[in-house]
Amino acid sequence: MKNIPFTYSIRNLFARRITFVLTLSGIALVVFVFCAVLMLAHGLQKTMVDTGSKNNVLLFRKGSDSELSSGVNRELVNVIATLPQIAEDNAGHPMLSSEVVVIINLNRKGIGDMGNVSARGVTPETAFELRKDMKIVEGRRFKPGSREIIIGKAIRQRFQNTDIGQTIKFGGDEWTIVGIHEAKGSAFESEVWGDVDQMMQAFNRQGAYSSVTVRLNSPADTASLNQNLESDNRLLTIKAESEPDYYRRQSRFLVIFIRVLGLSITFIFSIGAVIGAMITMYAAVANRTREIGILRALGFRRRSVLTAFLVESIILSLIGGGIGILMASFLQFLSFSTINFGTFSDITFGYILSSQTVLATFIFAVFMGIVGGFLPAVRASRQDILGALRAG
Amino acid sequence: MNLLRLVFKNIFRHKLRSMLTILGIAVTILAFGLLRTLIAAWYAGVEASADNRLITRNSVSFIFPLPLAYRDQIANVPGVSQVTYANWFQGIYIDQNQFFPRMGVDAETLFESYPEFLITADELAEFKKERNAAVVGSIIAQRYNLHLGDIMQIKGDIYPGEYEFVIRGIYRPRDSKTDATQMFFHWDYLNEHAKEIGYEANMVGWYIITVDDPDQSAVISEAVDALFHNSRAETKTETEAAFAHSFISMSDAILKSINAISIIIIGIIILVLANTMAMTARERMQEYAVLKTLGFPGAFLTYLIYGEALLISVLGGIIGILLTFPLARGVQEAVPAGYFPVFDVTAGTILLCALAVLIVSIFSSAYPVWKARSQTIVDGLRQIG
Repeated sequence: MKNIPFTYSIRNLFARRITFVLTLSGIALVVFVFCAVLMLAHGLQKTMVDTGSKNNVLLFRKGSDSELSSGVNRELVNVIATLPQIAEDNAGHPMLSSEVVVIINLNRKGIGDMGNVSARGVTPETAFELRKDMKIVEGRRFKPGSREIIIGKAIRQRFQNTDIGQTIKFGGDEWTIVGIHEAKGSAFESEVWGDVDQMMQAFNRQGAYSSVTVRLNSPADTASLNQNLESDNRLLTIKAESEPDYYRRQSRFLVIFIRVLGLSITFIFSIGAVIGAMITMYAAVANRTREIGILRALGFRRRSVLTAFLVESIILSLIGGGIGILMASFLQFLSFSTINFGTFSDITFGYILSSQTVLATFIFAVFMGIVGGFLPAVRASRQDILGALRAG
Repeated sequence: MNLLRLVFKNIFRHKLRSMLTILGIAVTILAFGLLRTLIAAWYAGVEASADNRLITRNSVSFIFPLPLAYRDQIANVPGVSQVTYANWFQGIYIDQNQFFPRMGVDAETLFESYPEFLITADELAEFKKERNAAVVGSIIAQRYNLHLGDIMQIKGDIYPGEYEFVIRGIYRPRDSKTDATQMFFHWDYLNEHAKEIGYEANMVGWYIITVDDPDQSAVISEAVDALFHNSRAETKTETEAAFAHSFISMSDAILKSINAISIIIIGIIILVLANTMAMTARERMQEYAVLKTLGFPGAFLTYLIYGEALLISVLGGIIGILLTFPLARGVQEAVPAGYFPVFDVTAGTILLCALAVLIVSIFSSAYPVWKARSQTIVDGLRQIG
């Protein structure tokens, strides 16, 4: 005997419109949240990882977790500059930017609350060479040796008084905004940049940079660079980490937080949606007791009946999943700004829908359909023919 | 009463369906309760703040320190009864995932400024005596199995080096709002170390000011900030609650998302219950027509259907709320100490859950009630389940 036709399952779904719509909406909402959580975590990770370039290596003090708590003495930079793994520019200078990273407070637009913003002092001559993605979209770069700054696009959108020509007060001085920069959506768009020497002076750092970023001849040189650091007594306190690794580490707490919180909550309330689907499918089975009897009398096997009902439930969840993903895909137009626990400063990132996320979401939806439909389908397939034909 | 008995009997007509619906509501209310608890935990810092304490920090941001010399100047401001100070030390204890606040504090005055940290006079005296003595909160002591006299080895990150602290005191929280996950040691000890490693000495992270009259907070804050205006390290003084709040508002996008999700959860409960009620009503259209024929008014049908929805959602809600308590405890024990120093199911959370249950029952029975009432008797009698 052949299987029960596919169209039987589909048509049955639409037989009870209200129940169908209600169950579908429940599944769609759960899928929407599930998908949004994955998109957000992915968006954050991508923003942070994209901030680094594979050829760049960050040097900072051993034992410190981030640039904020690190310190690299000025004298050490001269030693670092002689390391053979560091690439040279056309003029033969080592491609190296000594930088200082601090947090400054700016007032947010709208509510006016204070927010933490990363301010980075960079070596003007090389920093832009090292970060090719940095582009000035308005105004110009800051002049070396001046109290001028450029501001990331994400900051300009979120904080007050951040237009070109306006000034920000920190370190006992006024700093003039001369440009707005973009960096392909990376974390640099959430930073303020200025001349490192000016910032060191303003913040009274007493000769210790936060970190030194260098370009390597090849990413493979990281290992030999670390060996050189270990073997030079002056550099024993310094450790090297590739930029992508460093930035991934800075976002790990927030990524874990979003994933764990989001997915555990989604898991709990997906049980609600699964139960909704189960109620619907039980009702479908109960209402069609005679039909099932007829199907069995016609010679369809128990397994066919089970499959037909299970397919019905899976189709329900697939449609719900599709709607949920569609709704979630609109989130891509939005951006999300929050404090990054790793850097203690504001970061703006987007919701990114990757093919993996779509796949994971559909698997999740189908899983809900199978769990919700299995028991009712079993009940349908277990009906005895005579009893079912006699019913209702 | 007849109506109540009828409502009660009705939910037993489809035992499996009613049970599933109750279970579904219980689980979703549980998720809702947990999210509200999380939001409350987020605001724990604001809740725990005393209204007679002000925080003075560097106006550029909290990572910049202030000179110790400010202390006496602040103490002279009229209305200030006490000034103490602290430095964020952080460091790595065991590994990088053991996150709880570790601070260098003024041993002489800290516990006077924070009366909610309960410590015995003996322990406090012992703590003050010894240079590398430390006091930890009772939750930290319990979690890491620390006792008086134990040594805590901490690797410095902001202040590089190896540190050994002897626990001389364990403070207990005064009430459930108090954070018992902190560790305090002598600021002097940290200052000496800072000198050794070439840091600027005699710098403190922030001052904690106790004022005589909380109503004068704004005036005192301005007076303090005016003292250091146009100096190298300008200050920003605000109430402890405002200080705590500024940290929360930095992650308000996350809070807004959690809020949005908790609203979506209510939507899902409504959908589940509405589905059940729609099925129930559809099957009983004939009965409703019979009731109408017998002369029962439309309001009776309303009570009948709404009563059933309410009973199911209340049963589910109660189970959900009861489950929230053990699960919230489980969450707090599962996450590292210091993430959520306070993670209690508050009365407000329970109230919100109850409100959600009411809203859900009203919305989910609206359509069936309308359908039952607007159906004519003839159509109802004709209907086949």
